[in-house]
Amino acid sequence: MFAEKRPTETVEIRVRGCVQGVGFRPTVWRIARRLGLAGEVYNDSEGVVVIVGGASNDIADFITRLRCEAPPLSRIDTIETRPFTGETTQGFRIADSLRGGADTQIAPDAAICAACADEVVDPSSRRYRYAFTNCTHCGPRLTIVHGVPYDRTMTTMAPFAMCEECAREYADPGDRRFHAQPIACPVCGPRLSLATLENGSFDLVGAQDALAAAARLIGAGEILAIKGLGGYQLACDATNETAVNHLRHRKRRDAKPFALMAEDLAMVRNYCRLSEEEAELLSSPSAPIVLLEVKGPLRLPRAVAPGLNTLGFMLPTTPLHLLLVRAVSRPVIMTSGNWSDEPQVIDDAEVPRRLGAIASHVLTHNRRIATRVDDSLVRVMDEAPRVLRRARGSAPTPIRMPSGFRQAPPVLAFGGHLKATFCLLKKGEAILSQHQGDLEDAATLDDYQRNQKLFAKLFEHSPEALVVDRHPQYATSRLARTYSGANLPLIEAQHHHAHVAACLAENGYPLDASPVLGIVLDGVGLGDDGGIWGGEFLLADYRDYRRLGSLKPAPMLGGEQAAREPWRNLYAQIAMAMGWRAFAADYRELEVYNFLDAKPRETLDAMMNRGINAPLASSCGRLFDAFAALLGLCRDRQAYEGQAGALVEAAASGGPVREAGPGYAFKIVSSATGLAQIEPAPMWRAALQDCCSGVLPGLMAARFHKGLAEAVAELAARLRESHARLFDTVALSGGCFQNRILFEEIARRLRGAGFAVLSHAQVPTNDGGLSLGQAAIGGALLIRQG
Amino acid sequence: LSHGAGGRAMAQLIAEIFHSALDNEWLRRGDDQSVFEIGAGRLAMTTDAFVVSPLFFPGGDIGSLAIHGTVNDLAMSGARPLYLTASFIIEEGFPLADLARIAQSMGAAARDAGVFVIAGDTKVVERGKADGVFITTAGVGRLPHGLELSGDKARPGDAVLISGSIGDHGVAVMSKRENLEFDCEILSDSAALHGLVEGMTAAAGASLRLMRDPTRGGLAATLNEIAQQSGVGFRLEEEAIPVKPEVAAACELLGLDPLNVANEGKLVAVVAPEAAKALLDAMRAHPLGRDAAIIGAVVANERRFVQLKSSFGGSRIVDWLAGEQLPRIC
Ligand SMILES: [Fe+3]
Ligand SMILES: [Mg+2]
Ligand SMILES: [Zn+2]
Ligand SMILES: [Zn+2]
Repeated sequence: MFAEKRPTETVEIRVRGCVQGVGFRPTVWRIARRLGLAGEVYNDSEGVVVIVGGASNDIADFITRLRCEAPPLSRIDTIETRPFTGETTQGFRIADSLRGGADTQIAPDAAICAACADEVVDPSSRRYRYAFTNCTHCGPRLTIVHGVPYDRTMTTMAPFAMCEECAREYADPGDRRFHAQPIACPVCGPRLSLATLENGSFDLVGAQDALAAAARLIGAGEILAIKGLGGYQLACDATNETAVNHLRHRKRRDAKPFALMAEDLAMVRNYCRLSEEEAELLSSPSAPIVLLEVKGPLRLPRAVAPGLNTLGFMLPTTPLHLLLVRAVSRPVIMTSGNWSDEPQVIDDAEVPRRLGAIASHVLTHNRRIATRVDDSLVRVMDEAPRVLRRARGSAPTPIRMPSGFRQAPPVLAFGGHLKATFCLLKKGEAILSQHQGDLEDAATLDDYQRNQKLFAKLFEHSPEALVVDRHPQYATSRLARTYSGANLPLIEAQHHHAHVAACLAENGYPLDASPVLGIVLDGVGLGDDGGIWGGEFLLADYRDYRRLGSLKPAPMLGGEQAAREPWRNLYAQIAMAMGWRAFAADYRELEVYNFLDAKPRETLDAMMNRGINAPLASSCGRLFDAFAALLGLCRDRQAYEGQAGALVEAAASGGPVREAGPGYAFKIVSSATGLAQIEPAPMWRAALQDCCSGVLPGLMAARFHKGLAEAVAELAARLRESHARLFDTVALSGGCFQNRILFEEIARRLRGAGFAVLSHAQVPTNDGGLSLGQAAIGGALLIRQG
Repeated sequence: LSHGAGGRAMAQLIAEIFHSALDNEWLRRGDDQSVFEIGAGRLAMTTDAFVVSPLFFPGGDIGSLAIHGTVNDLAMSGARPLYLTASFIIEEGFPLADLARIAQSMGAAARDAGVFVIAGDTKVVERGKADGVFITTAGVGRLPHGLELSGDKARPGDAVLISGSIGDHGVAVMSKRENLEFDCEILSDSAALHGLVEGMTAAAGASLRLMRDPTRGGLAATLNEIAQQSGVGFRLEEEAIPVKPEVAAACELLGLDPLNVANEGKLVAVVAPEAAKALLDAMRAHPLGRDAAIIGAVVANERRFVQLKSSFGGSRIVDWLAGEQLPRIC
């Protein structure tokens, strides 16, 4: 006998990352079999463990291949190898889950993969036209799960007993559907049905092919309710102006843009400019709505996205959507199934009552939606995709926290008030919930709490501390204070500090690195001086911050009412910048003068002068509101949060910003307390002068953006000088950075001044990212306390 | 008005003003205490301090308010208010004429309400130690048999009624204080409610669970208090809550929520559902309940939320406010 020439060994390989519920173990199995290695693979509470024995060079090869051939929905963070001394088996096998503790990962829902897409249009496939086709690389996850471990019995697929054929595919490690929990086929899986909603009830229509019938109805101008992945949606032909208007009217959604679904990239290109990056995003497994610039004249009804020059497109996310949209062969509006301000409907029983007055028919099915998950929204800005709403396809993928956070105890962060999310900090990872919506609404708040409980269960998380915003009137503040199992330490994080911390965390900024300059251009948040903040320059790290500068505050006349009615901010800005008398003397001929003069000025002045419900706010959002009011884009009332700002941006997008001439100059001043402030008075003078000379609103909007960007960059540079160059990194955050022009103009100038610029990508720059920052602050403070 | 030297004469003068305005047999006797007979049964007692700026406002003044407030607190238990006491802290330099006006107004309010102020006290403090006048009143009333109203008695399914439009008092006082002009003058609703209450207890009897006057903090604070006490939630219909158009317009301009604005002549009642209609009819039959309405229901709710359902179908949580509403919209 010859001794084996090649050295052999047995090692234990630990893989961390997003490696559970995504077909990782069968991939390991296939590679091991191919290389003739013995051993086993199983999941444990920290990821995947592989015991593998064989020739050393084959094992090295195995690890390389693992990285290259990892399944599409997985993400490998680390691979650690160490010698294994235990017993090994013959051959290679997939051990049952739970061998090393509970499976704690839940993957996000993934859009239909190419292989499944081919199957459902292949007449020879047993899943031809089957709307619930899925495999290990695609299909529902978070939307169907209600407990751990993640297997079929803990999902809403539990009532569907697998047929023989499906059971065989499920058990075959060589099959694309090996251990695909939602595996289904026309024999054993969920079924579609079409019903009318005419009489406020659910009457089944005897349609043979519900999908084809639904497509015909959409083509004929009807509005349909569709049971999607994470909630009911409302769909109609986006090219049919009457249908779009009906939908607006019935849904009571005045102007907020509708999302569109196109059958493929070619269809999207008919309407929008599409970069390679954007095309990739649209086609990715997360399949978000991507905000795209309109190409040429808009060839869809204006009512799709009133006043904007962007459209939100997505590609079909499920076989149901794919088959439906292909049959319609026109872009389809695909918006959340609800009345404005309410959460999306997920219960079949609520459809007649809540959607009966909007849709004529409902395309539904008999699989329950366990958890509401809205569509995600992404926009490419400053050359990278930026998630603006993190939901289907993205949540609940954990975000790896920077080095230093592994020691932090488990923390639960409650997020903000609008666009709320919550965040679990655990073992150096942050699990951010999907977008929950605005917690003003009671049903949304109920849902938020349900999801908090669900996440605690799914991720086996029991917090040792809670973090909330400092604002005492946020719904989340009240919830945190009555959190069951109370007596947990409650940490209050300042709103804009949390924005900065979120930006640092998602950029991997180390826990104990030196402070950065956080620039937060935002709506409003409560400052630590009791005032309202929202245009802040904070010298900040995870634990602490110091306010170095801000926009010059202006009163919000009527408090929150000023966030709804843009003209109030214009009135306040003009009063601050020049006073009404000077304004009247110089600009009496402008129509905006007449508009403001017709307001009850005496009362407004009394409010302003005596501080009657007129809190001072250094808010950038309110400055945009004021400018939108000046341009007449949006004066009386915003139809949705952020509308005024979006319209100012859209106006500026009419032409190249660089050719708009010099921006309106702001001034940098020092407040009574020595705070550096951006004073908008000269900007208002210049803009009003432009109004007098009849300069087009688009040009004015561009000059406004440029001037503001200039002032922000200028103040950042000055602060760096006056603070002995303590920092050369800036972190950009806050809702105003959803504005592409503002974001890019500011980032470009800061880089030009030699700053390293951190910004949001995986996590929203708006309040949707707040909970991550809160969790980071909480974790950092608790580590210090030891 | 002066303090210190010569104070004795002044104190005499002040006492005179009140005695003549509030005149009754007990005050006339001039003793340090008043002695009265009261039949067998249960009594209700309460006290309240009144500070309001300005002292005179459209629809009332601190004097009438001091009577109405205490009368109403007694009435909310179902008691018939009988006797009150009043004490005054007066800032040095306060005009005697204004003091007389306040005293007259108190006297008129007491007579209208059929109650007697049978004991009182006045103190003058140095300038700057008080804001014009502060008044504290206390009162006793007699409870009818079999009535057991209390804030912990609301049960899911019960109906919630309000006796009329909300927000009038707070807006009236604020507009006077801040000198705000609105298209039409808004009057405080300050009034004594025990007459209305008599009709209500007669109509609803033991079905009536509780009553409360939504004063400071408005309807929102009152319902949140009851929600805590009873361990329930409320679901209100926004459209059903009466708000006068001029009050709604003023609130809209000022950015106030009428639900948070004070009332001084309104009550909230919680009643078993089967008696709601009878109670509503009884309320509407009284002049102070003409605009009464059923505004919602008590619901089971672990978190004791007060929810307001808008006409669109969405519903928001109505919180009580500690201090001013701070903007939350980002
Ligand atoms: Fe914010
Ligand atoms: Mg009281
Ligand atoms: Zn697939
Ligand atoms: Zn099957």
